[in-house]
Amino acid sequence: MKKNIIECKDITKTYINGDISTTVLNKVTFSIEEGEFVAIVGPSGSGKSTLMHIVGALDSPTSGQYRLDGSDVSRLSEDELAEVRGTKIGFVFQSFNLLPRATVMRNVQLPLLYANVPVEKRDSLALKVLESAGMDKERYYNRSNQLSGGQMQRVAIARALINNPSIILADEPTGNLDQKTGRVVLETFQKLNNEGKTVILITHDQYVAEHANRIIQIRDGEITEDAKTTRKHLRALEGRVG
Amino acid sequence: MKIHDLMSETYSALSGNKARSGLTMLGIVIGISSVIVLVGVGQGATASITSNLSNLGSNLLMISPGASRNAGPVSGGAGSATTLTQADAEAIKQNVSDVSVVVAELSKRYQVTYKGNNTNVSVVGTEPSYANIRNVSVDNGSFITDQQQKEYSKVAVIGPTVRDDLFGADVDPIGQVIKINKIQFKVVGLTVAKGGSGMSSSDNSIFVPLGSAQRFLAGRTSISEIDAQATSANTLSAAQQEVTDLLLSRHKISDSTLADFSVMNQADLVSSLSSVTTTLTILLGAIAGISLLVGGIGIMNMMLTTVTERTREIGLRKAIGAKSRDISMQFLTEAVMLTFIGGFIGIILGWTAAIIITKTGLVTSKVTWQSVVLAFSVSALVGIIFGYYPARRASSLKPIDALKYE
Repeated sequence: MKKNIIECKDITKTYINGDISTTVLNKVTFSIEEGEFVAIVGPSGSGKSTLMHIVGALDSPTSGQYRLDGSDVSRLSEDELAEVRGTKIGFVFQSFNLLPRATVMRNVQLPLLYANVPVEKRDSLALKVLESAGMDKERYYNRSNQLSGGQMQRVAIARALINNPSIILADEPTGNLDQKTGRVVLETFQKLNNEGKTVILITHDQYVAEHANRIIQIRDGEITEDAKTTRKHLRALEGRVG
Repeated sequence: MKIHDLMSETYSALSGNKARSGLTMLGIVIGISSVIVLVGVGQGATASITSNLSNLGSNLLMISPGASRNAGPVSGGAGSATTLTQADAEAIKQNVSDVSVVVAELSKRYQVTYKGNNTNVSVVGTEPSYANIRNVSVDNGSFITDQQQKEYSKVAVIGPTVRDDLFGADVDPIGQVIKINKIQFKVVGLTVAKGGSGMSSSDNSIFVPLGSAQRFLAGRTSISEIDAQATSANTLSAAQQEVTDLLLSRHKISDSTLADFSVMNQADLVSSLSSVTTTLTILLGAIAGISLLVGGIGIMNMMLTTVTERTREIGLRKAIGAKSRDISMQFLTEAVMLTFIGGFIGIILGWTAAIIITKTGLVTSKVTWQSVVLAFSVSALVGIIFGYYPARRASSLKPIDALKYE
């Protein structure tokens, strides 16, 4: 049996605003094995973004336990969380979040600055992940604001891969892309998953979610469904692709 | 985060918006260069006043008569009394051990003529040692001699300005006869130009033997000033006290506030004038400091704008592993770099301006390495102080809030 890379137990997140407290996540429990491709799906307001923040170590749960790669990260300080994010998680955002005036190479190498990787090793690491992300070689030294949306997302994926993280966490990665480009990006995630990477996709779009091998449905702060994608799903997918 | 990375991040951030970085830096450039120039002007003024005063001679006590008090409340003003005599000078010479040289003077302004030219100058009747204690040196001919002093000779030593006025520049006046107050004097010497102006200028003076001045010009035996040179700078105040006590007893005055003479100490004069110029320097420095402060606020303003503009970038950096310290260091480095470069340009600009100002001859602006070091450290400090708050603000942003920021 493969080891669990993510173990969430009774994760609760409550926001207190004055006298009103809002519980966004209510005792969410699930685990993800190494090498899985999971989609977390839910409508807006369902708590999926909050769950992603906690899974991505951007925020801490109010109560409950979150173990990432064997260690408990649910009660860490801000700087300790930063360390966890830098070494174990690769983020891909809906709006890419590239530095617009920096070159592709520079953008991809940005996480290395905070991981104290020696300068001379950086270029070769960047070239490797850019290739994995399927980036067009001729554009490596272009500024990122000269790229198309699909290319920007590939750069962002390459940036997420560069520290060799335990998980890739993608938040609506196709949200700002047209359908065709979106599909190419999703195929890139599938390819990375086939190479052994654990990928977690957060989306509100059922069609996007069906690219994953497992779908966790979340609604009103609770998991309503957690199932492997069936053949029906896959057929539906193929039908639409065709 | 490595220094190298910090610098390259800073470079790309600052060069990303050249116009804004340049304008912000301009505030610091103006601030620093005005500090350099204005403090330089203050220090130049101090230096020129000190050198003017040392032209007077060193370790000098200047004893002058007080106001004349006749019957009634009418005062003739300081210096008008005729209470100081050559006997007083002689007594100081005999009795005050801390004084090495004593010279009596009788000076008054007279109309002086040579052929068609005339001028009105101060004619100083004095003794040969005047030249030593007042740093007057003779360019051509000789100063008054003891022989001439004894014989009441009608000889005169003239300053270069007097020479220019009476004879014209570059004319040798030695042996010529000039008329002081219609009495003929023979020119025997020409003094070296010392520069300076006002009371300290010996260039626009004529020196004659004291006896001749008393007998032929003033028609009185009183003197207008006694200069006493103390044996050293250390004995100056002791000498001043001894001279005061001696003259009080000679003039039979028991209450020193009623003294009919005054003793001025050159060191006091130097210190009181230099305190004036120090105040001037501080004042000028403060004005320049205000412009530096405004420049610093400009930096803070720009950094705050930058932090707001780059909120998403800060969020991203935090998401990919930047710690709070990495973020605050990055923004602080940007602010310090702006002031550092601005300070550097400011120093060069200020120094150049100081040289140009000095060349114009209006005022002297003297740039010292201290003021350069001060300006540089102040500019770095401004960067740290005004960069600290924006940097703190950037580093305290929560990554989720920063990423969501539109």
